[in-house]
Amino acid sequence: MTEHTSTASARATAPAAGGDDVSLFTPAPGAAPMWRMVASQAGMELRVMLRHGEQFLLTMVIPVLLLVGFSLTSVLDVGEGPRVDALTPGVLALAVMSTSFTGLAIGTGFERRYGVLKRLGATPLSRFGLLAAKTLAVLGVQTIQVVVLCAVALALGWSPSLAPGSVLAAAVLVLLATAAFSSLALLMAGTLRAEATLAGANLVYVLMLGLGGVLFPTSSFPGPLEQAASVLPITALSSGLRAALAEGSLPGLGAFAVLAVWALVCGLLASRFFRWD
Amino acid sequence: MDTAAVEVVDLVKRYGATTAVTGLTFSARRGAVTALLGPNGAGKTSTIEVCEGFRRADGGRVRVLGLDPVADAAALKPRVGVMPQSGGVPTGARAAEWLRLLASFHARPIEPRLLLERLGLTSVATTPFRRLSGGQQQRLSLACAVVGRPELVFLDEPTAGLDPQARMATWDLVTALRGAGVAVILTTHHMEEAERLADHVVVIDRGAVAAEGTPAELTGGRREVCFSTDAAVDTGRLEAVLPAGSRVGSQGAADGRREYTITTDDPDALDPEFLAAVTAWCASTGVLAEDLRMRRRTLEDVFLQLTGRELREQ
Repeated sequence: MTEHTSTASARATAPAAGGDDVSLFTPAPGAAPMWRMVASQAGMELRVMLRHGEQFLLTMVIPVLLLVGFSLTSVLDVGEGPRVDALTPGVLALAVMSTSFTGLAIGTGFERRYGVLKRLGATPLSRFGLLAAKTLAVLGVQTIQVVVLCAVALALGWSPSLAPGSVLAAAVLVLLATAAFSSLALLMAGTLRAEATLAGANLVYVLMLGLGGVLFPTSSFPGPLEQAASVLPITALSSGLRAALAEGSLPGLGAFAVLAVWALVCGLLASRFFRWD
Repeated sequence: MDTAAVEVVDLVKRYGATTAVTGLTFSARRGAVTALLGPNGAGKTSTIEVCEGFRRADGGRVRVLGLDPVADAAALKPRVGVMPQSGGVPTGARAAEWLRLLASFHARPIEPRLLLERLGLTSVATTPFRRLSGGQQQRLSLACAVVGRPELVFLDEPTAGLDPQARMATWDLVTALRGAGVAVILTTHHMEEAERLADHVVVIDRGAVAAEGTPAELTGGRREVCFSTDAAVDTGRLEAVLPAGSRVGSQGAADGRREYTITTDDPDALDPEFLAAVTAWCASTGVLAEDLRMRRRTLEDVFLQLTGRELREQ
């Protein structure tokens, strides 16, 4: 369908495009099906996350070290019962936060800074498709984390006390927490400079690690601090998981409510203020 | 196929108090290469980013393949390829992996392997983006712009910072795209690039079109007379002995010498008698004109005349 027509203007370069080139570059535009775009993008996000050294440290190495270290030594007072039983729910909560908050915030912040979000905005992949892909990638990394941490915990003698429905409750808590942490991550990554997101996300990680009942329940805190900590998403997740997996009871509605409110508020703010470039 | 690839009418783009684009109008044909030529800060990237749908126009009308770049973005994205000035790739993504990802967004993409081969990227296919040289990053970005078999591609400074071989590979690809019927809009501040590649050149300065046409039309087959000397030249007196409309410009050269350029509005005025008048005047005033020559003007000359500004950056 393409015939070469040369213009009157003298063209210094005239390497006559061969027939191969014509068939190679002849326009044939069209978008791939949505599911294929989301699947490829999610795969890319997942590989980039797993390959990233600091992220791997944050999401895999630190939780495993905390679990193994504090289970095998008695430097930390974790209360009654086998140490690994007390520690595992909090470490799972930390792992969820490290991926859906810290890792996602830092990764997205730098993608925005390097023009990746803008560039993807010029492809047939929609913004919804990109968010879906990021969500799938986060859930994928979290699945790997949960499998690895549970295996390590079981090897250390973990025997979770489960009530009927507690695994389901734990899964719902993790999904709600993922929504809350991801919204907060996107709010930071989409409004702050990449360096500020990096610093802020690490700071929040450390604060939540210290204040959020990850390694020991917040009930050991003085009253006002305990109340303040109880509205943090990490506290809701770790206390909820502790109830479901260590105490053999169903988590209170409060934990679900705290996570839902964080997800809703941060989600609305992020959708309002997120900047793609 | 009778609508233009890109049609921009009276485009205005502001950033706060600064107006980057001040009423710019041009159109780009399908299947042709259109170069937006101008110095940095002229408004080239702002214009192209409005066409790409990245930025909203503050005034005027923009149509890309007959559609509105913002309102019809979803319909346009599969049909339009984009190469940003820099970046656009996660630093940890590998070259081939990223190209395959972008290919997977399209229904009938070009086989990524062929593009990598063609752009000399096969040896770095598994190298993370951050470890690629600047030129390799540029070429990967170019590959990503064309992998979906678009009808129209926007290339923002496609050869900035490239070594000569990489530049040739890029020029060759642009020529091939044109040969296959793809419309190409590129920005550049390289005269040579515009002269070699473009069917249509739009010279942009200070946010507006300073001139447009084919390279041949822009230079108009015009000539000018140049010489250099270390003697004092009274340009007003020289102009007085030449036909009306002649202008003598000068600029400093090495060793305290000055370079003089005589141009005229009337292309026919630069005839043998004109040259004789210049040399006669030089003889009568004792000016030894070295490197005296009459030459055809280049796009660069046109640009300097239009804007009075040096085209090169920095």
